[in-house]
Amino acid sequence: MLEVRNLKVRAEGKDILRGVNLTVKAGEVHAIMGPNGSGKSTFARALAGHPQYEVVGGEARYLGRDLLDMDPDERAREGVFMAFQYPVEIAGVSNAYFLKAALNAKRKHDGLGELDAMEFMTLVRDKAKLFDLDASMLGRAVNEGFSGGEKKRNEIFQLAVLEPKLAILDETDSGLDIDALRVVANGVNAMRSTDRAFIVVTHYQRLLNYIIPDFVHVLNDGVIVRSGGKELALELEEKGYGWLEAAGASA
Amino acid sequence: MTTATRTIEELANREYKYGFVTDVEQEIVPIGLSEDVVRLISAKKEEPEWMLEWRLKAYRAWLRMTEPTWHNVHYPPIDYQAISYYAAPKQRPKLNSLDEVDPEIRATFEKLGIPLEEQKLLSGVAVDAVFDSVSVATTFRKKLGELGIIFCSFSEAVREHPELVKAHLGSVVPHTDNFFAALNAAVFSDGSFAYIPKGVRCPMELSTYFRINAQNTGQFERTLIVAEEGSYVSYLEGCTAPMRDENQLHAAVVELVAQANATIKYSTIQNWYPGDKEGRGGIYNFVTKRGLCKGAASKITWTQVETGSAITWKYPSCILQGDRSIGEFYSVAVTNNRQQADTGTKMIHIGKDTKSTIVSKGISAGFGQNTYRGAVKIGKNAKNARNYSQCDSLLIGDKCGAHTFPYLEIKNTSARVEHEASTSKIGDEQIFYCRQRGLATEDAVNMIVSGFCRQVFRELPMEFAVEAQKLLGVSLEGSVG
Repeated sequence: MLEVRNLKVRAEGKDILRGVNLTVKAGEVHAIMGPNGSGKSTFARALAGHPQYEVVGGEARYLGRDLLDMDPDERAREGVFMAFQYPVEIAGVSNAYFLKAALNAKRKHDGLGELDAMEFMTLVRDKAKLFDLDASMLGRAVNEGFSGGEKKRNEIFQLAVLEPKLAILDETDSGLDIDALRVVANGVNAMRSTDRAFIVVTHYQRLLNYIIPDFVHVLNDGVIVRSGGKELALELEEKGYGWLEAAGASA
Repeated sequence: MTTATRTIEELANREYKYGFVTDVEQEIVPIGLSEDVVRLISAKKEEPEWMLEWRLKAYRAWLRMTEPTWHNVHYPPIDYQAISYYAAPKQRPKLNSLDEVDPEIRATFEKLGIPLEEQKLLSGVAVDAVFDSVSVATTFRKKLGELGIIFCSFSEAVREHPELVKAHLGSVVPHTDNFFAALNAAVFSDGSFAYIPKGVRCPMELSTYFRINAQNTGQFERTLIVAEEGSYVSYLEGCTAPMRDENQLHAAVVELVAQANATIKYSTIQNWYPGDKEGRGGIYNFVTKRGLCKGAASKITWTQVETGSAITWKYPSCILQGDRSIGEFYSVAVTNNRQQADTGTKMIHIGKDTKSTIVSKGISAGFGQNTYRGAVKIGKNAKNARNYSQCDSLLIGDKCGAHTFPYLEIKNTSARVEHEASTSKIGDEQIFYCRQRGLATEDAVNMIVSGFCRQVFRELPMEFAVEAQKLLGVSLEGSVG
């Protein structure tokens, strides 16, 4: 589904990613871990097409197409979804209105008919029930006055409604207490399927107790320094990231 | 103008889709202003002597007045002798039915989406269409007449209902009120008149659609709405003009009178030609709008969506004379490219327990300059007066400006006055968030701007709210790279 080759990314005049390789197949869950400043979030945002991140080398192919050549909104309509680390507030625009516009933009792109207000509300009410979400939240403005936990849950709810092919979670666990973490993880697990892939960016192993990854990659100083199965996460938990410094120094 | 040049011009300015010119035979008074011109206009309209006298009084007052300079808009001096003060489509003087309207003019209004055939008006809106200086058609008159509601052109009101016009004309905006209002009083050529009798709730929206067509002319219309005790009316005005390289002056006056327990809702969607990207052409919009809440518990609500004009200068205001009367002002003003707006309101509290609400949303993009100017005055007898003001500015890009000038004058200690203001920028992060969910940049901007304006849009009648939202999108087209 996703082939990343030697990806190099600059932001604010600094080289952040210095040649990342990653292959993600449909149905897989990949965790990207690493210390602060290693480039984890940059990787997520560059894949989503954030304008502040400049790709200076390498390539990324998504479903056989050049991902980096697509506008951010086209990537989204093609099925790439990123759950934000810091979801943005939009005053005066209700969650329902926002989500309906997003869903219909995607449906139109897929050659499906746009949903009218009634059809849409039926759909989101069902999803809200499934994800144990208070439906009254749909009437509130996008992320406005939401607690940290509510914002993250809202991101996962959007994921559930938009049903992307590739979902990238950018430190979705940061700032969540254990209950909220569980709710978010349950949502993600419910969305796991053979034709959908996840890239879970996280600093802590904690989230991976709930979302069991197929692969774990450790990013340090802009490159993936180790890849392995879910046990790698446990190893990191035990040793911390300190050993990377030593490994980096000796490399 | 030939079709070819028109097409090119339209392509170059495709943001403004109402910029076409109607080819219709016009009767235009030579340029310049003098007592003779005032007399000529009055004679053309076959006005009674008292009307001419009033005009002349205004003209003489205007001669002694100077153009205001306190505003935060900048433009080269206007040569008042280079403007023609009257333009009218040539046609039979009096229309007995809508079928007699010049087909070219009818086509114009249809192109603008304002059908004049009554059977087509499914939305149930009665329309008075003003083309250049004169009213060409008023729809649904019979139906309204059965309820005693008068809705007609101003000229007709002068002829048919002189006692009503005489009683209220200038009672809210005197002929000496200000430079532009005095000019209007001297040369106004037409406008709309509405009268809602006691206890009647007007069953449909009343609407006036103003269209400037002729070149080198000013448009000076006057609207007077009188709502008798316990009545209700919702009124909407819309306006467009062709694209021309030179500036055109529009100086209108609107007077509203609400008697006890009466409610007037006055909504404006102003989309005069704003000029091109470099600031060439466009309408100079100098307008005086004021409502008098004369009786107890009367209410006047101004809602405006100002997207057009090169210069907008207007302050729809309320004089809260009756006890417990209510004044409201909801405004969205957009300035893109080189547009300038200096707009706001005045809430003058005279009666006891009077209440006013001001919600102003200014949006600046390109090199646009947007100024909110508002005054809240609480008189010494206005016990327990309350005002709430909220002024929000939204900036798109870094070459535009937003300015806020609130004035407060409070002479009664029991008053409660609140003022909130904010300035924000549409952030890259907000736009990226929307795009990551699949929305194109323009749709993202429209959504963010609509959200910003929501408090105002919800005050508009439903179908106009939709129209306003679309218009906003068009006005801001290309403002985010």
